[in-house]
Amino acid sequence: MAAQPKRLLEVQSIDNVAVVSIQQARVLDDQIIQQFGDQLKSLVDQAGHQRILLNFSKVEYLSSAALGKLVVLRKQVDAVKGKLALSNIDASIFEAFKITGFDRIFKIFDDEQEALQFLQK
Amino acid sequence: MSVRPPLPEQMLPECFVIRSETSEAYRVREHIANLLRHRGYDERDVIDIHQALEEALVNAIKHGNQCDCQKQLRISFCVDDDCFQICIEDEGSGFNPENVANPLSMEQLETPCGRGLLMMKHYMSEVSYLEPGNAVMMVKKRCGCREEE
Repeated sequence: MAAQPKRLLEVQSIDNVAVVSIQQARVLDDQIIQQFGDQLKSLVDQAGHQRILLNFSKVEYLSSAALGKLVVLRKQVDAVKGKLALSNIDASIFEAFKITGFDRIFKIFDDEQEALQFLQK
Repeated sequence: MSVRPPLPEQMLPECFVIRSETSEAYRVREHIANLLRHRGYDERDVIDIHQALEEALVNAIKHGNQCDCQKQLRISFCVDDDCFQICIEDEGSGFNPENVANPLSMEQLETPCGRGLLMMKHYMSEVSYLEPGNAVMMVKKRCGCREEE
């Protein structure tokens, strides 16, 4: 029997914004990255969210492939004319965003509150 | 199919020749992490190496060996007191890192190519490629043995 996919995202709705807390500390391995991508995708495809806040407070490590999944989500959000914000990114993860230039293509905020203000505008 | 005999610069004390599959590669990666911890490497170094290995192994399996699990990878490495050195070789035809489009340009930011190479360079002290570009050599100077970054 195939293993149940791990629940990597916890979603809470606050004033029409899907506040998504990533539950996985290390988004590095192939299988986890695939599940991460699928679960991100379903936020727009299945749940129909248009304003999404991704909270990275529990994330310690991300691979370049995992970063790629964020690009896919951003494109989906753009396609439905939604908004995407990222928050609570640890300094070492932020380094990965900077070295790959991702700090220029995502709206990144220090905390959820700031990100929510941006998303609710 | 098998990897070519090792070049002199690939002659490192520990060597694994494995099937080109992520599960096999991850087993070697975990073995290396355990060795580094046993040798007293700082956890930050262990994680940096882990991150760089993730990128290099995925590149070798997906781009080098084109996800063909009949092919092999040779992973040779050395854990010293002052640095960790590793060479990962695939059976692909190789690539020239100079020809990889700059992943930082606005046109390339959303394409998947080249980000892993940037991350490898960031997490390791040195990254180089052996001709014809199907083997990557990486060195990580141990925390305390390198100038503060």
